[in-house]
Amino acid sequence: MYGFLIAIGVVLLLSVIWMVYRIQTLISVAKGSDKKIQTTSNKVNAILFVVFLVGTFALMTWYSIKEFNNYQLPVASEHGVLTDRLFWITMAVTGFIFILTHILLFWFPYKYQYRTDRKAVYYPDNNKLEVIWTLVPAVVLALLVISGWRAWTDITDPAPDGAHEVELLGYQFAWEIRYPGKDNILGDFDYRLINASNSRGVDFSDQNSRDDFPSQTVVIPKGEPVLFKIRARDVLHSVFAPHMRLKMDAVPGMPTRFWFIPTKTTAEMRAELGDEEFEYEIACTEVCGSGHFSMRRVITVVEPDEYRKWFSEQKTFVDSNPSLVMDLPVNEKELAESANQ
Amino acid sequence: MSVANVSAHDVSAHDDHHDHEHKDSFITKYIFTQDHKMIGKQFLVTGIFWALIGGFLSILFRLQLGFPEMNLEFLRPLLGGWITETGQLDPNFYLALVTMHGTIMVFFVLTAGLSGTFSNFLIPLQIGARDMASGFMNMLSYWFFFLSGVIMFISLFLERGPASGGWVVYPPLSALEQAMPGSGLGMTLWLVSMTFFIASSLLGGINYITTVINLRTKGMSFARLPLTIWAFFLTAVIGLLSFPVLFSAALLLVFDRSFGTSFYLSDIYIGGEALPNTGGSAVLYQHLFWFLGHPEVYIVLLPALGITSEIIATNSRKPIFGYKAMIISMLGITILSFVVWAHHMFVSGLNPFLGSIFMFLTLIIAVPSAVKVFNYLTTLWRGNLRFTPGMLFSIGLVSFFISGGLTGIFLGNSAIDIQLHDTYFVVAHFHLVMGSASFFGLMAGVYHWFPKMFGRMMDEKLGYIHFWLTFVGVYMVFFPMHYIGIAGFPRRYYSWSTYSFTDMYTDLNMFVSVAAIITFAAQFIFLFNFFYSMYRGRIASLNPWQSNTLEWTTPLHPQHGNWPGEIPSVYRWPYDYSKPGAKEDFIPQTVPLSATPESNLPHEEKLVKLEKEIIAEEEQVLVANEYKGS
Ligand code: HEM
Ligand SMILES: [Cu+2]
Ligand SMILES: [Cu+2]
Repeated sequence: MYGFLIAIGVVLLLSVIWMVYRIQTLISVAKGSDKKIQTTSNKVNAILFVVFLVGTFALMTWYSIKEFNNYQLPVASEHGVLTDRLFWITMAVTGFIFILTHILLFWFPYKYQYRTDRKAVYYPDNNKLEVIWTLVPAVVLALLVISGWRAWTDITDPAPDGAHEVELLGYQFAWEIRYPGKDNILGDFDYRLINASNSRGVDFSDQNSRDDFPSQTVVIPKGEPVLFKIRARDVLHSVFAPHMRLKMDAVPGMPTRFWFIPTKTTAEMRAELGDEEFEYEIACTEVCGSGHFSMRRVITVVEPDEYRKWFSEQKTFVDSNPSLVMDLPVNEKELAESANQ
Repeated sequence: MSVANVSAHDVSAHDDHHDHEHKDSFITKYIFTQDHKMIGKQFLVTGIFWALIGGFLSILFRLQLGFPEMNLEFLRPLLGGWITETGQLDPNFYLALVTMHGTIMVFFVLTAGLSGTFSNFLIPLQIGARDMASGFMNMLSYWFFFLSGVIMFISLFLERGPASGGWVVYPPLSALEQAMPGSGLGMTLWLVSMTFFIASSLLGGINYITTVINLRTKGMSFARLPLTIWAFFLTAVIGLLSFPVLFSAALLLVFDRSFGTSFYLSDIYIGGEALPNTGGSAVLYQHLFWFLGHPEVYIVLLPALGITSEIIATNSRKPIFGYKAMIISMLGITILSFVVWAHHMFVSGLNPFLGSIFMFLTLIIAVPSAVKVFNYLTTLWRGNLRFTPGMLFSIGLVSFFISGGLTGIFLGNSAIDIQLHDTYFVVAHFHLVMGSASFFGLMAGVYHWFPKMFGRMMDEKLGYIHFWLTFVGVYMVFFPMHYIGIAGFPRRYYSWSTYSFTDMYTDLNMFVSVAAIITFAAQFIFLFNFFYSMYRGRIASLNPWQSNTLEWTTPLHPQHGNWPGEIPSVYRWPYDYSKPGAKEDFIPQTVPLSATPESNLPHEEKLVKLEKEIIAEEEQVLVANEYKGS
C-alpha cells in the first residue's frame, strides 16, 4: 500500500516537473531569451542571495538567542569554565568574520549583477591586500592558539598530589567503576585475570588491591581534585562527562587519565536548574558497537564531608567476595584478611 | 590503436589522424575506453550512482534520528531482518548505515566522482594534450574503482551486514569479529574494496601528475595554467603521498584480523576470553589512518576549489583575484595538510605535548584557507556577474567553505576540542566544509562543463531550482547540528533517549530529518536535467560561457585526440576577462598578445617580440606537416 502511494506520488511529481520544464523551454526559445544574459533570472538570483542572507541571519539570531539555555550546558568543573570562555571568545571572533564575509558574499551578487552596459573591473592582484589578509588572520589565530595552548597545558598537567582516584573501565556496553580504598592506591590489574567474579581483572595478590572497592555510580567530592584513570577491556571507548567538559578515550592496553576539580554538587546543580531529577552523566563517545549509545553512568558530586563518609562505608571486593583471595598462597591470604580488619 | 600514436600530435595531423576512430567498437568506445573524456564521464556517472546510494543510506538513518518512534515496517521488503520485530532499525544496522554512508561519500563520490571526473576530463583539454600520459593506466584506474565499488556494493547485502565501525574503522572494533557483526566478512570486503580503491587512486594520480608536467602545449607554462589544473595537480600529489599510508594501515589491519599479529591489539578480553595479543597499539592505527585521513579531506576539497576559481572568474567576467596567492595558498595547504593529522586525536590518549604541537600546526593551515576566501570575495567585487547554475553553486561553495572552515578554528584548539570532539559539532563542521563544499564543487563543475561533455546545454531554470533547494536545504540540515553539538550530543548514536542531557531537541532533529529528505528529493531535479539534457538539451555553442580556457577551442564533440588539427598554442594566462581596451570582455588563451596591442599591459609588450618568434617557428612546422601529409 505504502509502496503504491509512493510510486504514484513519484510519478506525479516527475510528470509535473517534466511539463513545467517543457513549457518554460518552449517559452524561452520563443522569446529568444536563451541568448540574452541580462535576464530576469539573473536578477531574481541576485535578489534571492540578499533574501537568503537576511532570512537565514534572522533565523539564526532568533534561534541562537531563544535556545541559549538549552544548548549551553551548565558547567561544573574548574577547567570547564576556562574552556567555555575560550569557546565563546572564539565564537565572537569567528562569528564576526562569519557575518562580515557573508554580507559581502551575498551582497556583491546583488550589487554587481550583470548589466550589458557595464564592464567588470580588471583587477588581477594587489600584493598589499594579500599581505594584510594573510597577516591579520595569522595574528588573530596566534592569539587564539596561545590562549588555547595555555589552557591545554594546565588541563593536561599531571594531577596534583592527593587527587582522589577513580578507575573507569569501559567494556561492551557499560563502565565498571573502582575506587582505591583507604590507601588511595589502585591495585594492579591484568586482563588475563578477568573472569565472571573479577570483571576488572584486578590482581588481588597485590596488597594495594585488597582495600579497593566497586561502586555503581561515580561519587566525587566538590572542590577537590579528582583523577579518572581510564582503561578499556575490549574495544575503544571514550569517557565523556559533558558537564565536566571532560573527554578521554579508553584504549585497551594503554591506560589514560584525566583530572579535574568539580565545582558544584549534584544538589547545588539541581537547585540551580530547578530540576530535581538532574544527574551528571557519563557517556561513551567512541563508537564501540551496538550498545554504544547506552553506556550511561551517573556522577554524583557531594560535599567533601559527605564524600569521606560515603567512602568509609563502602565494602571492598574482598569483603563481598572472599573467594577472590581464596586460591592465593596462604600467607598472602592472611595479609588480605588482616588488611580488612 | 595505440595511445602513443594519438598523443604524438605532430606526426599525423589533419583528418587522416582520425580514421581509426571509426573502427572503435562499442566496447572500446564506451566501456574499455582509453579516451580521457569518456573515462571522465564514466567516473561521473558511477559517482552519481554512488551519491544516490550514499544519500539514500543517510535518509534511512535520519529517519531513525528524527522519528525514533516511527514504524519502519514498510522498509522490511528492502531491509529484511534489519528491521526489528517492533518495526525499528537494528542498532547494528544503524552503525552499518553510518559507516557505509561515510565511506561511500568520502571515497567513492567526493574522491573518485570529483577528482576522477574532472581531472580526467579537464586536464588534457585545458593544458592542450591529446590524452593522458597513459590511457591504459587511466582505463585501469577506472576499472579498479569499478571493481572496488562492486565489492563494497556486495558487502551491503551480507547476512551480518557491511563494515560498521565508522568510516575510520578503528581497531580493535574493526579487527575483532566478535566485537560486532559488521567486523566479520563485511570488514574483510571493506578492506579488499579499499585496496582496489587505493590502487585506482594511485594509477589516476600518477597519470594526472605526469600529464600536467609533460604534456602541456606550447606556451602553457605553469604560470599560465588555469587554477583548476593547479588544484588537480596538487590533489594528485597529496593522494600519491598519502594513500600508500592508508594502504599500510589497512594491510596491518588485515594481518591483525587474519594472521594473528598484534600491530593494533593489546590486552583484550572479549566474548568471555582473553586474547593472546599484547604489545600492539590501537593509537598507532589512528596515526596511520589520519596521516591519510586529513590529507584526504583536502583531496576532496582542492579540486572543488579549483573548479570554483575557474567558474567564478569566468562568470564574474574578471580575472581571479590574486592568481599567484591562490597557487601559494594551495601549495601551503598541500604541505601543511601532512602535518596536522593528530588534531583528530587530541583526546585519544596522545601525549599532550604532541597535542600542543599539532594545535599550532593546525591553526596555521587556517591562514591559506582564509586567503582563498578573501580572494574569492575580491573576485566578485566590481565584477559583472552572470548567475549560471555553475556560478550559483560556486558561490554556495564559498559560503560553505567559510561556515565550515570557521568551526575548524574551534576544533583545532585542543582545549576547546575536549568538549566538542566526536559530537555533532564535528559532524556539522565537516559536512559543511568538506561534504557540502565539495559536493557543490562537483555540481558546479557538471553544470559548467556539461556543454563540453555532451555538446548540449542543461536547462538553466531547473538548475536554479536545484541550486536554491539544495543550498537552503544543506544549511537547514547542517546548521542546526552546531547547536546539538554544543549541547554535547555525541556522534554515531542510535538513540537520544538513554541520557537526560541528550533527551531534548527532538523537534530540531525532526526538522533536520525533514530538511534532509527534501534536499535529497531535490537532487532528482538534477538527475532529470542531467539525463534529459544529455539527449534532448539545446545544442550548445562552442564557447557558451565565453570562457578563455583551451577546452572551448575544441569542436563541439571532440574525438579521441581532442583537436582535429594542431593543438593550439597558448599565449597568455587564462584570466584575461574585461581587460581594459579589449573589444570583448574575454580574450581566449589562444589569442596571441601581438593580436591585441590595444589591451596589452606594459610588461606584456615585451613578450610580444618573443611570441612573434614562436609563431614563426610554428608556421614552419605547419608547412612541414602539410608537406608530409600530401
Ligand atoms: C580552517 C581549517 C580547519 C581546521 C582548523 C580544522 C580542524 C579540524 C579538527 C581539529 C578536526 C577534528 C575534530 C574532532 O574530531 O574533534 C576536524 C575534523 C574534520 N575536518 Fe576539519 N579543519 C579545517 C578545515 C577542514 C577542511 C577544509 C576540511 C575538508 C575539506 C575538513 C574536514 C574535516 C573532517 C572530514 C573532519 C572529521 C573527521 C572525522 O572525525 O570523521 N576540515 N577538523
Ligand atoms: Cu562507545
Ligand atoms: Cu583534519
